[in-house]
Amino acid sequence: MTISRRDLLKAQAAGIAAMAANIPLSSQAQPVPGGVESLQITWSKAPCRFCGTGCGVMVGVKEGRVVATHGDLLAEVNRGLNCVKGYFLSKIMYGQDRLTQPLLRKRDGIYAKDGEFTPVSWEEAFDTMAAQAKRVLKDKGPTAVGMFGSGQWTIFEGYAATKLMRAGFRSNNLDPNARHCMASAAYAFMRTFGMDEPMGCYDDFEAADAFVLWGSNMAEMHPILWTRVADRRLGHPHVKVAVLSTFTHRSSDLADIPIVFKPGTDLAILNYIANHIIQTGRVNRDFVDRHTTFVAGATGIGYGLRDDDPREVAARTAEDPAATTPSTFEEFAELVSEYTLEKVSELSGVEPGFLEQLAELYADPDRKVMSLWTMGFNQHVRGVWANQMVYNLHLLTGKISEPGNSPFSLTGQPSACGTAREVGTFAHRLPADMTVTNPEHRKHAEEIWRIPEGLIPDKPGLHAVAQDRALHDGTLNFYWIQVNNNLQASPNNSNEAWPGYRNPENFIVVSDAYPTVTALAADLILPAAMWVEKEGAYGNAERRTHVWHQLVEAPGEARSDLWQMMEFSKRFTTDEVWPEEILAANPNYRGQSLFDVLFRNGSVDRFDISELNPDYANQEAKHFGFYVQKGLFEEYAAFGRGHGHDLAPYDTYHEVRGLRWPVVDGKETLWRYREGLDPYVEPGAGVQFYGNPDGKAKIIAVPYEPPAEPPDEEYNIWLVTGRVLEHWHSGSMTMRVPELYRAFPGARCFMNPEDARDMGFNQGAEVRIVSRRGEIRSRVETRGRNRMPRGVIFVPWFDASQLINKVTLDATDPISKQTDFKKCAVKLLSV
Amino acid sequence: MRGQAPFRLIRPVAMAGLTLFALVGAALPQAEPAVQIVPPLTGWAEPMSEGQIPPLGRPITDDVRRMRNYPGQPPVIPHSIDGYQLTVNTNRCMDCHKPQFTEGSGAPMISVTHFMDRDGQILTDVTPRRYFCTACHVQQADVRPLVPNEFRDGYRHAGGP
Repeated sequence: MTISRRDLLKAQAAGIAAMAANIPLSSQAQPVPGGVESLQITWSKAPCRFCGTGCGVMVGVKEGRVVATHGDLLAEVNRGLNCVKGYFLSKIMYGQDRLTQPLLRKRDGIYAKDGEFTPVSWEEAFDTMAAQAKRVLKDKGPTAVGMFGSGQWTIFEGYAATKLMRAGFRSNNLDPNARHCMASAAYAFMRTFGMDEPMGCYDDFEAADAFVLWGSNMAEMHPILWTRVADRRLGHPHVKVAVLSTFTHRSSDLADIPIVFKPGTDLAILNYIANHIIQTGRVNRDFVDRHTTFVAGATGIGYGLRDDDPREVAARTAEDPAATTPSTFEEFAELVSEYTLEKVSELSGVEPGFLEQLAELYADPDRKVMSLWTMGFNQHVRGVWANQMVYNLHLLTGKISEPGNSPFSLTGQPSACGTAREVGTFAHRLPADMTVTNPEHRKHAEEIWRIPEGLIPDKPGLHAVAQDRALHDGTLNFYWIQVNNNLQASPNNSNEAWPGYRNPENFIVVSDAYPTVTALAADLILPAAMWVEKEGAYGNAERRTHVWHQLVEAPGEARSDLWQMMEFSKRFTTDEVWPEEILAANPNYRGQSLFDVLFRNGSVDRFDISELNPDYANQEAKHFGFYVQKGLFEEYAAFGRGHGHDLAPYDTYHEVRGLRWPVVDGKETLWRYREGLDPYVEPGAGVQFYGNPDGKAKIIAVPYEPPAEPPDEEYNIWLVTGRVLEHWHSGSMTMRVPELYRAFPGARCFMNPEDARDMGFNQGAEVRIVSRRGEIRSRVETRGRNRMPRGVIFVPWFDASQLINKVTLDATDPISKQTDFKKCAVKLLSV
Repeated sequence: MRGQAPFRLIRPVAMAGLTLFALVGAALPQAEPAVQIVPPLTGWAEPMSEGQIPPLGRPITDDVRRMRNYPGQPPVIPHSIDGYQLTVNTNRCMDCHKPQFTEGSGAPMISVTHFMDRDGQILTDVTPRRYFCTACHVQQADVRPLVPNEFRDGYRHAGGP
C-alpha cells in the first residue's frame, strides 16, 4: 500500500480536528455503545419561531432538550429549506440568561417602584399584580388598565387575552405589537374587500410572470419566500422582477427593474401606474364594471401625532381621516390623470424608462403579476392608502384572485395573521373580522363566550402609540406586556414609552423569556416559556394555521403566557370587576372567579386530558386539568365556521403541516373570491368579494400627500429604520445565538460613501445620529449589503445598545394608527 | 464594552449573603436577595443613556472550517466576502464552491441538497432556489458573543465526550 502525500495530509488534518474537538480518535472505530437507540433523536414538527413566512421545521429532542433542527421536507411553504435564523432555532432557548423566576422591584421587603429586582414566588408576584390592578380599577375604572400583546402570541394566548381583557376587565385597551407591523395592511383589506388577509397564497410564486416589491426587502426579511421568487425568476427567463425601495439592498440584486425613489413618493408612482393603465386603454372594463365600486378618500388626514403638534395642526383638515365618499370611474381617472410620467419622475427621482417598464408589468394583460409588500408600505403615514392603491392596480386590470395574479401583503411576525388579526387582539377587533363597535358583533361574542349581554365595552381601546402616550400622561396605569420588546420597538421611546413605564403612578408587568430592555424597565418581570416549551398554534401570511406540541420543559419556574393569564384570572371575582347592573340582571354570575366564567365556562374546559397525545407533555393541561389549548381553539373556531373563516377540527392540525382557511369539507382554500376555487363564491358569480355586502371591491381615489417630517437645512438627512437577515424580534433571541450574533454583531449606520466623505466620516467612524427627539451613537458603514442614495441613512433597530427609536418620530397613519418608522429627519455629528 | 456594568446574572448579592450566612450561622432572618441584572444585551445600565460604540467587528478570514452544531446546520463562511457580487448575473461564491471548480480552488463543494429542485429532483447544476448563498451562509465577525449559549448537541447528549 502506498500512502500519497495527500493521504498523509488528510490523516494529519483529521488528527488535528479530533484533538481540537477533544475526541479520542480510537473511539471512532468502536461499536456504538448503547446500540443505535443511543444515537436516535425524537423528531417532531413545529413552525419556525421567527417571521410571518411560516416555514416548517423538524425539531430534534434528546433527553429533554432540543439538540437539532432542520427544514421540514413535508412543509409546503419551504420544502426542506430554512434561512440562517431557522437553521439556528435549536439555540434560541438556551441563552445563559433565561429568566427562570418572577422578579419584583422591592425595597425593604415590599414592592417599590424604585426598588431592586428581587426573586419572588409566583404567589407573591400574582398577589402584588392583582392588588395593583384592583387599585387602578377601583380608582379609575377599566380604561386605566391595558395590555400589549404580540403577533408572536400563540392563537390560544391571543384568544385568552382578548377574553380576559374585554370580558374580564371590560377594557378594550388591548393591542398587539402587530400594530407596529401590519395594521395598515389589515385596515386596507377591510376597507377594500370587507375581509382581512390575502386572497391568494404562496402557490402564486410558481405561477406569476412578474414580481413587484413595494418597500419590501424579501431577500433578507423573507428569505425562504425569496428562494421561491429566485427559483421562478432564474428558472424562467420571461419572468421579471421589479424592486422599489428608498435604497438599494439585497433584493435589488435580483431586480430587472431596480427603482430607488424619494421617501413617500411611492404614492405618486402608484397613481401614475393607474393613470398609465387608463391612458393606454388597458382597463379590464368587464371586471371593473362587475366587481368593483369607486370611492374617494378624505384628504388632509394629518400624521397621527399628538393633537397639539404643529405639524399635525398644519396638515390635518379632514374631520374623519377614514371617511370615504362614493365616486365614479371618471372621477378616479381624473384624479390620477395629474400623475403624468414627467411629473412623477420628477417628484420621485426615478428615471422615466424604469417607471414605464414597471407600469407595463401591470398594464400588459398577458402578464401575471404578484405585488409584494411589507414595512415600506405599512410603516407609512399613508400606509392604508398605499395598500389600497396597489389593490387599485390589480382591480383595474382584473389581476386578482387567481394563480399568479396576486396582491400579497407579507407579514413580519409568525402569527401576525393567526393571532393579532384572526383572533382580533387589536383595540377595536373581535374574532373573525368582527369589531367592538358593532352591537351585533358584541352580542355574538357574548353568546359564544357565555357571558352576560352588554359586558363587552363598545368603544375601541388605546392603540400602541396611544398606550405609550397614556402611560406617559398617567391615564393608563396598569399595563401588562407579553411576548414583545416594546420599549425597544416603539417610536420616540425616550419621550413617550420610557417615562410612561417609569411613571410612579403606573405598574408595569413584562412577561418574557429573556431580560430585554422592556423587561428591565418594568416593575414585575414574569419568566415565560417559549416556542416548543408549550403547545402552540400560529397563523402565517397565507392564511395557514399550524399547530405544534410541547416538546421540552421550560427552565426553572418559567411558564407560558397562557398559563400566566389563566392563573392570574383566578385572582378576580365578577363582583370586583363587573358592574352591579349586569350582575343584578344575571345573578348566577355573582361571586365567581374570572377563571370560572372565562375558562371553566363549559366550553373551554370541555375536552378531558385523556384526549392529549401521550407522547407529548402539556404543562397547561396538566395544571388546569383539561385540554386547555383544544378547548380555547374550538371555542374560538366557532366564530369563523360558516362565515368564511372556517378552521378544521383542532386535532387535524397536529397531523398536517398547516391548512389554509377557509377549510370547508376538509379542504383548504388556496384562492379566495373566485368561483371554482373558493366554495363561498355563489355559482355564476365568477368573482365575488363577499366580504362586502354588494360583493364588490372598492377602488379608492386618493392623492399623493407628503411625509410628516422631511429633511430641512438643519436636520438634513432621511432616517430609515428596519431589520437585517440575522436578527428578528428586536434581537432578543437571535443576539443570544453565537453564530447569528457574530454574523451581525451590532447595529450600524448605513450611509452613502460620498455623503460620508463630505461630512468627514471614515468607514467605521463613530457618529451621533440626532433628531429633534433624541440621539444615539453608531458606526458608519459605507459598504456591505445596503447601498444608500445620497441623503438617506439606514439603521437597524435590533441592537439594545443603539436604541434608534429614541430618534424616530411617533407619526402614524391616521387611519391604521401604525407608526411610520421609515421617514424622519436627522443630522449626523461627530462624537 | 457594551454594558457599563459587567454581566452578572448569577446574583452577587445572594452569593455574598450565602457567605455571611455560613459565617454567622442560622441566626439571621432570611433576607431576600436582590438580583443585579445588567446583561450586556440589554444595552446600557441606564437604558436611555449613550455610551461608546465598539468598532465594527472584522470578519474571521482564517479559512478554518468550523464544527457544525448538528448535521443540518449550514456551515459558516470562514473567509471574507466583502465586495462579492451575488446578483442575477453573477455569483462569485460559485467561482470556487461549484463542483467544477473545487479541485482548483480547494474550497468545499456545495452539498448535494443544493442540486435539488422544489420537488426533490437532482438537477445538473445548482438549483435556482439555492442561488443566494447568503440567506443561509454567513460570515463571522471576530467578536465574543455577549451572552453564552448553553445549547448541547445530540452527540454530547448521547454520552460523547
